[in-house]
Amino acid sequence: MIFRPPSLAPQSLALGARLSLAVGALLLALGVPAPTGASAQARDRLVIGMHLEPPHLDPTAGAAAAIDEVTYANLFESLTRIDARGEVIPGLAESWQVSPDGLTYTFKLRANVRYHDGTGFDAADVKFALDRARGPDSVNAQKAYFAAIASVETPDPLTVIVGLSRPDGQFLFNMGSNDAAIVAPESAATNKQKPIGTGPFKFDRWVSGDRVVLARNPDFRDPTVPKLREVVFRFISDPAAQLNAMRSGDVDAFPNIGATETLPVLEADKNFVVTVGTTEGETVLALNNARKPFDDVRVRRALAFAVNRQDVIDGAMFGYGTPIGSHFAPHRAGYVDLTGMYPHDPAKARALLAEAGYPNGIDAVIKLPPPIYARRGGEIIAAQLAEVGVRLRIEPMEWAPWLEQVFKGRDFDMTIISHVEPLDIDIYNRPDYYFGYHGDRFAAVMDKLSRAIEPDARAALYGDAQRIIAEDSVNVFLFQLPKAGVHRAGLTGLWENSPVPANDVTAVSWK
Amino acid sequence: MIGFLARRLLGLGLTLWLASLVVFVVLEVLPGDPALLMLGVDARPDTLAALRAQMGLDQPVPVRYLGWIGGLLSGDMGISHTYAVPVADLVRDRLAVTAPLAGLAILLSTAVALPLGVLAASRRGRVADYGVMAFSQLGVAIPNFWFGILLVLWLSIGLGWFEAGGFPGWSEGLGPALKSLILPAVTLGLTEAAILARITRAAVLDTLGEDYVRTARAKGLGAGAVMRRHVLRNALIPITTIVGLQFAFLLGGAIVVENVFFLPGLGRLLFQAISQRDLIVVKDVVMVLAALVVAVNLIVDILYAAIDPRPKGMA
Repeated sequence: MIFRPPSLAPQSLALGARLSLAVGALLLALGVPAPTGASAQARDRLVIGMHLEPPHLDPTAGAAAAIDEVTYANLFESLTRIDARGEVIPGLAESWQVSPDGLTYTFKLRANVRYHDGTGFDAADVKFALDRARGPDSVNAQKAYFAAIASVETPDPLTVIVGLSRPDGQFLFNMGSNDAAIVAPESAATNKQKPIGTGPFKFDRWVSGDRVVLARNPDFRDPTVPKLREVVFRFISDPAAQLNAMRSGDVDAFPNIGATETLPVLEADKNFVVTVGTTEGETVLALNNARKPFDDVRVRRALAFAVNRQDVIDGAMFGYGTPIGSHFAPHRAGYVDLTGMYPHDPAKARALLAEAGYPNGIDAVIKLPPPIYARRGGEIIAAQLAEVGVRLRIEPMEWAPWLEQVFKGRDFDMTIISHVEPLDIDIYNRPDYYFGYHGDRFAAVMDKLSRAIEPDARAALYGDAQRIIAEDSVNVFLFQLPKAGVHRAGLTGLWENSPVPANDVTAVSWK
Repeated sequence: MIGFLARRLLGLGLTLWLASLVVFVVLEVLPGDPALLMLGVDARPDTLAALRAQMGLDQPVPVRYLGWIGGLLSGDMGISHTYAVPVADLVRDRLAVTAPLAGLAILLSTAVALPLGVLAASRRGRVADYGVMAFSQLGVAIPNFWFGILLVLWLSIGLGWFEAGGFPGWSEGLGPALKSLILPAVTLGLTEAAILARITRAAVLDTLGEDYVRTARAKGLGAGAVMRRHVLRNALIPITTIVGLQFAFLLGGAIVVENVFFLPGLGRLLFQAISQRDLIVVKDVVMVLAALVVAVNLIVDILYAAIDPRPKGMA
């Protein structure tokens, strides 16, 4: 998935000036109430700020990351679970066995699990949820996760046997995603507005446009979880307003702050802790491999030599972000550092372009979606490419037309986008994917990977895959999108990295 | 009067019908597939088709237009694609923020601007006049979102008197809800007050020069009584027009200030709905705003009649 929901462009706002006396008098005349002391907060309550409001709260019926950022692990649980390091750990299944051929998964479910509405949880719920997600009427945004499932059997209330039609090395990870949340037949239809899960928090209320409130689930199977009594998610999209909400104490944490330029202000204040972690977002300058002149590998390599990654990171991301040389997250097993393959070398870029038959350069259009990394990154890249004779016309776009034209219509030369789905290098094996790449060597590696189960073999194959697409310079690989967050000092247990979109607050507490 | 009202209501209906045509056609030609936007780029074609059918996007254009208008006429605003709740609920929730906010801002601005305008006019050319004009100049010149940020820096972060923004909901009680609207209302009210003070001053000066005012003075009426009975009453006509326009503008145009204070108002709902291609919400909100503007204008017209009871040749 590379979908990032719409965001507001940051406004450049000048701060600091004196207020007119007239307005001060006006406020006094209103009889402004006495100070309430916004910072005097009970220490079992947490207010988390989020950039976007979720459209609804059913993770099995939408791609918006904001849904996961409220509900994952807090409200809903899946068979397995992804922890802060991106490892697969037990979720609603306390253990599982995989048959040697990789085709049969036997899950042993936890006993004494209940949904928030009091209904019981057993194997029938798991069968219902999986069959619903893969069924013909499914509107699951990640329906492909369930594509390999051939059968779901429930020999007893605490055992589920899932039969696959082909081995799927990602199956356990995918079953830990929020898209695979085990929803109950009694509440599945109403989860969008009144989510009913099995997690340690239950839904309390939703003030439309402002906040979602979760309350501790007193009947949770583990009485030591969660530590907080109440968690409030507040939706603040304007970067200046985000900063103000942190500084005024209205919000305790912004796990994913949109505008990295506000971080230095918060970093300088000892009341706040700034963390910069990793995400699964490989940010690339995507090239339309199916269109001239980008169907020529020499042109694509020339572009890679022309782009200076570090300048893009410094200019577009205020220095936050790790350079990448292929489509793979640096924190994952099997990562190979290929950032040295195309060092910044404008002369070489010009020579390659001339060799490919473009001694006078190229004219092209770059279509940029709304995120800051794309808009700012696009301007910097346009300047860098101009040095080697590649003249870009910048076309900023909203999400909807971007999806329609670039992603679906494949009507583009270049674009900048972050691919946020974990381990998604297999997108280079889809000939109908938007950047239009096909390579036989790559397809062969992917074929082996789909049958490899042993971790070392998988890591080696992932390494080969990274090298092939870097050599073919399919896209210009820029940087791994950082997860830049800030929270009040004294708060522990928030995820620093973002292996899946989530604000898992089940282990969060105040010191 | 009845003929006047009937004609006004007919015009109102026509205006709304034209607005419905324009908004429908504009959204038809706007690029972007709402289903694709909701499901993201990993969605498979069959999933997309299932969602489109659910949303009714597979039906022909005239059917969708008639279905929408028919629904509106029978009081059914449809279901939001993204939020999956009735649009009427969304609009009601958002109007419960925006309408009081606009009302409060207008109240504040009128309460400040009327006395200031009258003061400036009656002290024309003197210090008080220059003071009011300077305030008004400043108020118009300061961008309101920037003024809002200053208020937050001073009163929320500095003094801790207010939250930096947000809206707790009316269910939390009148006090907290009203309190959360004060800073945004002051922010919005400043610009409106600045404009209104100028209008008031000009209107009062105009009427001060009229013959009937001279007559009233000549018959020995005191300055205060002249101002109340003869000047203000006539000056109120342009002032009412402006206040009506300002109120209508604030209902839909407060979006920038709603962003600064992260208030869940109607303007922000419209903005989000446009970027998420939640077409039914866009259409309905535009219609609600159009209806409100038309209604406010109607009320202003009726107020004219009340302020100026001379029979109007039914203009």
